[in-house]
Amino acid sequence: MAETGTWTLKSGLAQMLKGGVIMDVVTAEHAKIAEEAGACAVMALERVPADIRAAGGVARMSDPEKILEIMSAVTIPVMAKCRIGHFVEAQVLESLGVDYIDESEVLTPADKQYHVEKHPFRVPFVCGARDLGEALRRIHEGAAMIRSKGEAGTGDIAEAVTHLRAITSAIRELGKLDAHALRSKADEYRVPLQLVKDVAEKQKLPVALFCAGGIATPADAALTMQLGAEGNFVGSGIFKSENPDKVARAIVQATTHFTDAKLIAEVSRGLGMPMRGIALEAIPERERLAVRGW
Amino acid sequence: MNGSQSAAGKRRRVGVLGLQGDFQEHLEVLREIDVEPVDVRRPEHLEGVDALIIPGGESTTISKLSDLYGLTEPIRERARHGMPLWGTCAGAIFLATRVPGRPQTILSLMDMTVERNAFGRQVDSFEADLKVPKLGPAPFHAVFIRAPKITEVGKGVNVLSRLDDGTIVAAQQGTLLATSFHPELTPDRRFHRYLVDLIDRS
Repeated sequence: MAETGTWTLKSGLAQMLKGGVIMDVVTAEHAKIAEEAGACAVMALERVPADIRAAGGVARMSDPEKILEIMSAVTIPVMAKCRIGHFVEAQVLESLGVDYIDESEVLTPADKQYHVEKHPFRVPFVCGARDLGEALRRIHEGAAMIRSKGEAGTGDIAEAVTHLRAITSAIRELGKLDAHALRSKADEYRVPLQLVKDVAEKQKLPVALFCAGGIATPADAALTMQLGAEGNFVGSGIFKSENPDKVARAIVQATTHFTDAKLIAEVSRGLGMPMRGIALEAIPERERLAVRGW
Repeated sequence: MNGSQSAAGKRRRVGVLGLQGDFQEHLEVLREIDVEPVDVRRPEHLEGVDALIIPGGESTTISKLSDLYGLTEPIRERARHGMPLWGTCAGAIFLATRVPGRPQTILSLMDMTVERNAFGRQVDSFEADLKVPKLGPAPFHAVFIRAPKITEVGKGVNVLSRLDDGTIVAAQQGTLLATSFHPELTPDRRFHRYLVDLIDRS
């Protein structure tokens, strides 16, 4: 008997994406450039985060027409974003046949209290996290992949580094705790003790951990990998740069050979202007995306 | 005889192409069955490797990187000279001589047609128990993720397993092995041991 939509299948697809780069694309043409450059998946969007940020207003799921256009343009997996807690947008995306749903803080949250209950879906979900507690709460709800949040659409890597370090150092700390302290952690994180125990023992999340939010250069991509990410999401960093095609290839290579400084130097040569970017400090607290979700 | 050691008592070294995909899972399985795992990212990493696994991942991505770093040709040469080579999922696409929709195949070593994403998109991914007579009577629990189908095999290729509907999902041609599923994601180690046994016969 064949089974579909199992945890192994959902978390397994994320395992297949490891070591790779998932690129934000807004047109079929972008999607083809991304695939050609070696992206392991694309995120189908109407606007990249930098433009969402610039446009303001309520950001929602993309037009299904747009998503389908991108799905038909490439053979690599296609992801799409739904608003936090908007389970109907998620149902719509599942019905379109997208390969992964990103329940994303880049869009305006639809529910102030709950995230989508992700276990009942056949399609897998990726969710953002700033720290280990947030990551484990999302996994407990059924997220089959975690990405550190960073601050999307900025081209500033600082927040991505902060969030990634928060997650990996908290995992190391768990390894030093006794049974009593692990129970307190489970209470603090509001997740079952078993989940905390598993992470403490294996010294890694039970799902793939990627990095997102602010990667703009090959060196940024290699930095997150050296800090423990298993792959990268790159949004505005590619198609807001002067040479998207070259930047895309360079970021893919730097992600694969993240400890090879010579290679990173080689692929970084003559890339032209990266996305202009906006430093985190220049963004008022209430306009920051990473604080969405809890 | 201990399957992980050669007649001379040397510990087996099995490489996993570590460019993209779930190569880490394969490396861990190899460690578990007492084989020395080698993460192969550069042509020089192939030296001294007794067999090679091409992992699951995105075949487009892996093949582009493999060409870029000059790995494709050395792998083909080694395999032609008898190094056992096993492709799981994306890796099976790597080995095939015919891939519909892709004019240029990658290694073109196994006389078979492999159709990409042939079961549909991620929501159609599935798990199933397979009969694999070569591995003994117990069923092999297999995980298919956006899996390819082996739609046709040439005379020199042995079919190792089929789904109930007849679809070929595992095949062997001499020391070349292809599976459309992921034995590295389940606890059954028989396929990995089978590859190690091929070293002795190569």
